[in-house]
Amino acid sequence: MSISQSINTALRRVPAWPIYIVSVIPPVWYLYLGFTGGLGFEPIKELEHRIGLLGFQVLLATLAISPIRKYLGVNLIRYRRALGLVGFFYIVCHLLVWAALDVQAVNEALADIVKRPYITIGMAGFALLIPLAMTSNNWSIRRMGPLKWRRLHQLSYATVILGGIHFIMARKGFQLEPWFYMGLVVVLLGLRVDLGAWFARPRRA
Amino acid sequence: MAGRYKSKIGWSEVTPREVFMSRRQWMTGAAALGLGAIAGPSFANIRRNAKFSTLEEPNTFEEITSYNNFYEFGTGKDDPARFADALTTDPWSVEIDGMVERPGNYNLADILGAMDIEERVYRLRCVERWSMVIPWVGFELADMLKMAGADMNAKYVRFETLYRPDEMRGQRRRTVPWPYVEGLRMDEALHPLTFMATGLYGEEVLPNQNGAPIRLVVPWKYGFKSIKSIVKVTVQNDEPLNSWQEIAPNEYGFYANVNPNVDHPRWSQAMERRVGGGLLAKNQPTEMFNGYGEEVASLYEGMDLAKFY
Repeated sequence: MSISQSINTALRRVPAWPIYIVSVIPPVWYLYLGFTGGLGFEPIKELEHRIGLLGFQVLLATLAISPIRKYLGVNLIRYRRALGLVGFFYIVCHLLVWAALDVQAVNEALADIVKRPYITIGMAGFALLIPLAMTSNNWSIRRMGPLKWRRLHQLSYATVILGGIHFIMARKGFQLEPWFYMGLVVVLLGLRVDLGAWFARPRRA
Repeated sequence: MAGRYKSKIGWSEVTPREVFMSRRQWMTGAAALGLGAIAGPSFANIRRNAKFSTLEEPNTFEEITSYNNFYEFGTGKDDPARFADALTTDPWSVEIDGMVERPGNYNLADILGAMDIEERVYRLRCVERWSMVIPWVGFELADMLKMAGADMNAKYVRFETLYRPDEMRGQRRRTVPWPYVEGLRMDEALHPLTFMATGLYGEEVLPNQNGAPIRLVVPWKYGFKSIKSIVKVTVQNDEPLNSWQEIAPNEYGFYANVNPNVDHPRWSQAMERRVGGGLLAKNQPTEMFNGYGEEVASLYEGMDLAKFY
């Protein structure tokens, strides 16, 4: 039995539901740190950035699951829904911290969404996640049919591109970290392109 | 400064003067407390310039020395506090050149000996919307320019930060086109509020992360104008191209006056948040010219501040 097969066999007994429970720990932990001085002297920004980055990382992990199966033969599909929903949850937290603790005014937050391109882009990425989160259940898959459902969930590709751009634009000047994540986005999406099929595709004359 | 005593005690171990002064006041009883209150909480024998000092509560020494923007040591707010101790600040000299009668490399100790050292408690407003209140120690830039015989009819003063990547690890990456450059119009440079800080909290030494050993402080402008660890000052007629303007001219201009009515393209400048207020800190309105309008507004009379941002 190959390594990937033994991993798959072992994972058969590991359910997905603990992910939901564990996912509550980081926001609660960050809040605790924020109230006890563990996030430095400007804890609002730090909390906002940490939970936003964590959400982005979890969404990227969600997008890594199908390439991992395709190239490494390890099947983690069972955990994908939980990861996607957790990523969405963290992005909601990021938004709440931004609006309630950082901007502190609903009208100003709304004005920023319209006026500030990096916030507009971030919000667009979040808006695309809403239908995905709402249809992340068996009932929706049955109702929509797998083809339509899969096509809808390809919106996640646009979300991580928008998230990556939002991250780059949020930083002052040229900084390496957001570009590293943008590189990850490119790799994760690039792994999905079937070059063979692309070249074999019949072209219009 | 041969044989000068050097303490091995780190800045983090130093009790802020405000704290130990208040301990002394407590010990000397209520009368002393009353006197202290009238005189204001002076941090040392260094005279406080009351005319140019805010009565607002200063940020703690720890806050001022832990939360910094000093990209020479990294882009993280805690990078300067972590890595700035690698910087050698003694010996240090400042080259003053351009339109000056006495150009040359001025030893920092010689400059300090010729200057009138005092304390000024200034507000600092960062372009990123955080702010602090800081008790600086230092002297007026105008006095240093006079010392070098600067041509007061020249139009601009240009400043340059040290470039020493082996000690300033942030310079090993081109986050900024090093060395960092800033500039002031001559009338701004000569304004009595424009300060060269060489100390903090009653001490005549600056912690490295705050721009040791000598930095500019222009309290009515966004923090990035207040260039740190200065090695070169040039008096000239051309407007200097300051680093942030070079990097993003649509976001950062030459003037960078604190102005709640002119937004940064990526955020509103109407509000700010004082560092140290915790997770539930309230934002407060940003004041025009950071509250120094009475002193400096006349410098910009007739100028379109939305255009010259």
